[in-house]
Amino acid sequence: MIRYLTEHYELLGNAFAEHLWLVLVTLVLSLLVSALLSLVLIRSEKASNLVIQLFGVIYSIPSLALFAILIPVTGLGDKTAILVLCAYNQYLLLRNILTGMRNVDRNLLEAGTGMGMSSWQLLRTVQIPLAMPSILAGIRLSIISTTGITTIAAAIKAGGLGTVLFSGMRTMNVYKILWGTILCVVIALIADLGLKQIENRVEKKLGGMRTEA
Amino acid sequence: MEKIVDYFSTHTDEYFMLLGQHIGISILTTAIAILIAVPLGVLCSKKAMIQKVFERFFGLLRIVPSLAILMICLPILGTGIKPAVVALVILAVPPILMNTTQAFLHLPAATIEAATAMGMGKARIFFRVKLPLAFPLMYAGIRTAIVEVIASATLASYIGAGGLGNIIFTGLGLMRVDLLYIGGGSVAILSLLTGFVMDRIYQSATKYQRI
Repeated sequence: MIRYLTEHYELLGNAFAEHLWLVLVTLVLSLLVSALLSLVLIRSEKASNLVIQLFGVIYSIPSLALFAILIPVTGLGDKTAILVLCAYNQYLLLRNILTGMRNVDRNLLEAGTGMGMSSWQLLRTVQIPLAMPSILAGIRLSIISTTGITTIAAAIKAGGLGTVLFSGMRTMNVYKILWGTILCVVIALIADLGLKQIENRVEKKLGGMRTEA
Repeated sequence: MEKIVDYFSTHTDEYFMLLGQHIGISILTTAIAILIAVPLGVLCSKKAMIQKVFERFFGLLRIVPSLAILMICLPILGTGIKPAVVALVILAVPPILMNTTQAFLHLPAATIEAATAMGMGKARIFFRVKLPLAFPLMYAGIRTAIVEVIASATLASYIGAGGLGNIIFTGLGLMRVDLLYIGGGSVAILSLLTGFVMDRIYQSATKYQRI
């Protein structure tokens, strides 16, 4: 097991880096899109429910099916993969961002308005910080889900650790499959634990603020 | 478009066989998962220690990509339908188990006390009071599980379990756009339809709540 790693560290390392890159690009892009969408949708509860439901429908389509449908349109490779992954993430991110911002105490918003804050200031200094735990939870979930689905994207030649899994399976190489799995889990686990830490810290800070207020 | 119509007219039998396999394996694995997860969930709700162990274990399992779970089962159990069923059951158990545990942990104590006071025995309380009260959350877990199983069953085609994934993987191998549309479209519709049907069943099963 260890010998396989030392003998093939280059192959595994490359796949790992590729996987990490795909996850990162997806995360950054989907965060940008969801941030823009939330800014528009925060004004209307009806519209945001509709959009979240729409992404919910997309989210429930199996990834391999969505890849297959999109290949004739966008072709093989990482572009299609990132597009699909971003669409999936929108459901997780938008749901958490919007419910987080909606659940902010009405009184606090009123107090802010009373103090003469503009709606932009209110958003930046009150709503977003208070919604932070929920937003971070959304990011955490989306990283875990992206890490998993990216392995499937190897079937459409997007690279990453899925390539290791698929080739390990073709050659019936247990070590290869195991290392591919372990490296995936490492990415997801680090994101999971790291973001949970940050969530707790933010929660504690907010808790302090709430008791002071 | 013409090619798609062509496929359906020449491969009708094959298509319906694959569709049947897909639905069959999904129902089979979900049924096995329910049989395993519901009793375990009830057990977890009674013993906090066991619950903690299972929660940790399945929390970690959820992080492992489904593709990896499917592939690890292959060298251990050989090709064919057996490793696929085992892997899909492993994927389907956590949502059912966790929701069952939560459902039985949050039963209203007053209702159970009332049932005891009315002289109901333990078994009757379980089947007539606890189970119906826990049903909505348990059902939500089962719904999540079956939709997930349908998605993962597509991947299971790769390890020789048959099903609609076959069409997609063949399409990918030959770069046949028509097969990609047929396979991808069928799986997408099947998954959305299952979610819809499960919601309708829930609504008719809990009609008494909305009189």
